[in-house]
Amino acid sequence: MAWRRRGGVTASWPYNSAPVSTSNYILEARNLVKQYPAVTAVDNVSFGISSRQCFGLLGPNGAGKTTTVEIMEGVLPPTSGAVFFRGGPIGREFRAEAGIQFQSTALQDFLTVSETLKLFQQLYRRNEDLERLIEECALTELVDRDTRKLSGGQRQRLLLALALVNDPTVLFLDEPTTGLDPQARRNFWHLLERIKDRDTTIILTTHYMEEAYVLCDEIAIMDRGHIIAQGSPESLLKSHYDDVILQIPTTDFPGALHDIPHKILETQELVEIATADVNETIKRLTDHHVPLNHLRIRPRNLEDLFLELTGKELRA
Amino acid sequence: MMRRVLAVWHARNLEFVRDRASFGWSIFMPLGLVFGLAIIFSGEGSDEFQVAVLVSDATAEVDESVHPFLETRFVEFLPVSEGDDVLEDVARHQLDMLVEFGDEVRYWINEESPKGYLAERLLLQTDAAAMKQVVTGNAVRYVDWLVPGILGMNMMFSSLFGVGYVVVRYRKNGFLKRLRATPLNALEFIIAQILSRLILIMATTSLVFLSVKYILDITMEGSYLTLALVALLGGSSLVSLSLLVAARVSSEELAGGLLNMLSWPMMLLSGVFFSLEGSGEWLQSIARLLPLTQLLEAARLVMIDGAGIGVIWPQLAALAGMTVTFLVLGSALFRWRFA
Repeated sequence: MAWRRRGGVTASWPYNSAPVSTSNYILEARNLVKQYPAVTAVDNVSFGISSRQCFGLLGPNGAGKTTTVEIMEGVLPPTSGAVFFRGGPIGREFRAEAGIQFQSTALQDFLTVSETLKLFQQLYRRNEDLERLIEECALTELVDRDTRKLSGGQRQRLLLALALVNDPTVLFLDEPTTGLDPQARRNFWHLLERIKDRDTTIILTTHYMEEAYVLCDEIAIMDRGHIIAQGSPESLLKSHYDDVILQIPTTDFPGALHDIPHKILETQELVEIATADVNETIKRLTDHHVPLNHLRIRPRNLEDLFLELTGKELRA
Repeated sequence: MMRRVLAVWHARNLEFVRDRASFGWSIFMPLGLVFGLAIIFSGEGSDEFQVAVLVSDATAEVDESVHPFLETRFVEFLPVSEGDDVLEDVARHQLDMLVEFGDEVRYWINEESPKGYLAERLLLQTDAAAMKQVVTGNAVRYVDWLVPGILGMNMMFSSLFGVGYVVVRYRKNGFLKRLRATPLNALEFIIAQILSRLILIMATTSLVFLSVKYILDITMEGSYLTLALVALLGGSSLVSLSLLVAARVSSEELAGGLLNMLSWPMMLLSGVFFSLEGSGEWLQSIARLLPLTQLLEAARLVMIDGAGIGVIWPQLAALAGMTVTFLVLGSALFRWRFA
């Protein structure tokens, strides 16, 4: 029937027999394309995710990461390409094993936290213990509260709990901390760390580089529907950079120094100098009588990498 | 499958019952509507006498030159032909008299009908030799005929708008997309919605029916169980139709337009306020394609004529067929996502 065809992301697979994958990945995207009338949101994207890995998909708004993830979740059919779960095409069985937290979602009105959890739990054959889940997601005090009356952080914890009610093998988290204050975001990270300890495979999309750095074993950076870099955060930084960043307040930085042979990024408050030889650069600064009281040295981070690769600010 | 259906059904019931405004409206609106309209229409309708005249061609006007009685003012003469169920209407006081002008003049009246008695006096003044025939039967008031129409209309609105809008809202706010990410399939979701709304419809319709029955003392000749079966199948077909309309729509405005496009023809053609008996055959054929027409025909046959399942099975079969057709199409066309 049509609703089944719509759900199967291999609908556009060009061969007659069901495609299979011989890779060792638990989840694999192969040659995914999603074409809309005015734009190609995902353009021939392929990658694999190993079991028990936390895989991060990073990119600015409109990069195609949510579209890619929704195709992998099986809720959006691709124009072409296929997604494999344990080597076979994804279908209803996959939905039974997957937990999904969408970027934005509505819940049934007038239901409490506990009723909402029970509703979703009963949709699955395999169930997580609700008491444990409620405790783990810090919802104990909220079980009788109407879901419409939750704060942003409380709601995100509930949505995460809903994604975990079936004790999923694969957990999709689409920008789960967007809109949360720093404290709530860090609490959420602690929660995810505990979930990682359960050996669940996690696919995380995020705007936040620090989040990806803290949580992800491997990341892929997307821009304009393509993956432009992929690897572990450390290996990506190592392969792209052999320098560090010196930060000096703009007011301390003399104009004559702009001709030093290093990359300089100047903002209203800070001047950032990228250098592979810290001693030599500090000597040059000292020679020019630059006060070093407020000098800071920081390693390269994923935000630098993204800026370098795409020329865009990450938090667009 | 049943576990998932029951889970969604239970959640929808909780949502509906806790939404006090919608819940209250669903109970009090039909009650107010039935009593209001029953009071407005509880008169005898026309002040004119209505006399059926047996003719060979019922589509032509009654020829006044045939008999002086036909020239009488303030009498509406309705041409009818052999085979029409006119005697039944005379028996129920819905027509005051039936007259046949042949070699001899014959007429049929119900002696319990006051207007029939007066119509007879008028006829005998112009033709004292007219031969009297008597039919018997209890009077059926307009309100007896109207109540099934109002109840059916309320079921229609509750089904079409109460389900269609909710599904479109779920789709628009992303709740359907969230459900799509679970093992729940379209048929399970739709069955849960149908069951939830059916229970509400049956409960409110029963409440309104019983209130009207005892306060207005409306006619109920048939079996309550048979009437419940009619309501159940009628409600199922209307809810399924609503889900078919809402299967792909993502805009409340469009859904409203489509639901109005369905409800208004049913209001006008299904016999809610007046019968289509005198209208063209083609119009009656179109009306029979509408679930509300089948529902009202069957309900009136049970309530007014005391018909059993053996008589109303064609209407029941039509309603069951429509339910299955709408359900299958609705499931096949169902879209979870907001486009």
